[in-house]
Amino acid sequence: MAVKQISVFVENKSGGLADITKALSDANVNIRALSLSEATDFGVLRLIVDDVFAAGNALKESGHIYNITDVLAVAGEDKPGSITKIFTVLAEAGMSLEYAYAFFAKSQEKAIMIIKVADRLAAKKVLKEAGIPLVKEEEIAKL
Amino acid sequence: MAKRYYQPEIETMPVDQLKALQSDRLVKQVKHVWDNVPYYRAKMEEKGVTPDDIKGIEDLHKLPFVTKDDLREAYPYGLLAAPLKDCVRIHSTSGTTGKRVVAFYTQNDIDLWDDCCARALTAVGAGDEDVVHVSYGYGLFTGGLGLHGGAHKAGCMTIPVSSGNTDRQIQFMTDLGSTVLCCTPSYAAYLAESIEERGVKDEIKLKAGIFGAEAWTEEMRRDIENKLGIKAYDIYGLTELSGPGVSFECEEQTGMHINEDHFIAEIINPETGEVLPEGEKGELVFTSITKEAFPLLRYRTKDLCILSRKPCSCGRTHIKMRKPMGRSDDMLIIRGVNVFPSQIETVLLNEGMTPNYQIIVDRKNNTDTFDINVEMSQEMFSDNLAEVTAKEKQLVASLKAMLGIQAKVHLVAPKSITRSEGKAVRVIDKRKLYD
Repeated sequence: MAVKQISVFVENKSGGLADITKALSDANVNIRALSLSEATDFGVLRLIVDDVFAAGNALKESGHIYNITDVLAVAGEDKPGSITKIFTVLAEAGMSLEYAYAFFAKSQEKAIMIIKVADRLAAKKVLKEAGIPLVKEEEIAKL
Repeated sequence: MAKRYYQPEIETMPVDQLKALQSDRLVKQVKHVWDNVPYYRAKMEEKGVTPDDIKGIEDLHKLPFVTKDDLREAYPYGLLAAPLKDCVRIHSTSGTTGKRVVAFYTQNDIDLWDDCCARALTAVGAGDEDVVHVSYGYGLFTGGLGLHGGAHKAGCMTIPVSSGNTDRQIQFMTDLGSTVLCCTPSYAAYLAESIEERGVKDEIKLKAGIFGAEAWTEEMRRDIENKLGIKAYDIYGLTELSGPGVSFECEEQTGMHINEDHFIAEIINPETGEVLPEGEKGELVFTSITKEAFPLLRYRTKDLCILSRKPCSCGRTHIKMRKPMGRSDDMLIIRGVNVFPSQIETVLLNEGMTPNYQIIVDRKNNTDTFDINVEMSQEMFSDNLAEVTAKEKQLVASLKAMLGIQAKVHLVAPKSITRSEGKAVRVIDKRKLYD
């Protein structure tokens, strides 16, 4: 029940990001969430999109370097404390996050947190046990 | 008292006598390598030449060329012409694909090399009342120990300060009253600026400088001369031949006199190998006729140059070479270190990366900048930024190990490196090194 994330290499130059998002919008791909982490000369753009297959093709054709990673999407109530609960559950199970970012899903009135952990299956288990709902790939597509 | 010439009888020897001396020494040298270096003997046999065919410098063109590839192939002892027990030192430069070039010296080789450097120092006015400040690196690099030995022979007080530590350089210059500076031209320019910044120009007693191991322009010469209030002289040499002092400038500053009693110079067409007449531009080729341990016959320098035997007002009769006007190969000299683009390709392949790269060399604040753009590849990419930066760091370290100098690596978008006619442009050298 993982969600596919697309990570793309971005050179640190003006127009670098627009180049990627244009390739996606030209292929009619809608971006649900986006996070960027950067080093001095380059960055990694991480995306959650409605159509991973179409996005991958569009990036390949436009000559970008990318990869697809399984991440977890966790839904929380849109109120104070809900994200803390997610982090606490994972911390108590001794799991550390590689990275995380969140977005608000209007149709569901929910905050959705994307998280990357080393052991995805174990994380899924502890989250489920704590009653925290996970969002499926198909649901992301329909948002 | 400063002398006009270090070895007047040789430096002003009439040209016909000089050529006779060269002929005599060449014949002996050819016999020496034939008898002692199987590698040379095989090369000569392959060309159907024996020592009997070489009766003087007019026969030089019959001998096969030697290239850096030969030096690598014969590494480390394959070209050694003297017993190891007679050798007293080595010097070395970096070569391609990680293999170094190692040159050997007997005590006599060192003595003659020191003489060459002493001639250069004497030519710029250094004598027994001078303080010679040697800021070339000491070690495997020939710059430091070469000028050091020359300064001793010329009777100068020698400061073996080596490179780096600008504060110490300037302190010695002011406290000990250095009069002649020896270093790379870019370091001279850097020191000149540092002296200006510290406002100590009045305490500097420099009158001349000998700057080599790097290409530099007339413009840079004037800049250094103005900033330091000195005369700046060029010097040329190759580790393969001995080191600095193969040729040097006199007060005329219109080319470097080749020490022809030790080295025979030829200019050839780099494509055909044909010897070109005096005054034509081509590749510079040297034959070392006095070296015992590591003699080279017709060594191709890859430096493009012009020779001139027009009489010089300084009185020296030895032929002059112009400042090299470029290279016939793709070697770059960055901060005094030889860099071949193929070395970078080797490192990228070793690291499992796609060898799509571009070298950008520039000179800022008189120091060479060295940047390498590397196209991002699937193998190097990860969603985890830390993993990518770790691979980048690993690449930087491997490049440093291979090249001997630090490069700034930039990961760039795939296919972003300029391609002209389908071929990637591997080197962009923004320095204006050749006039």
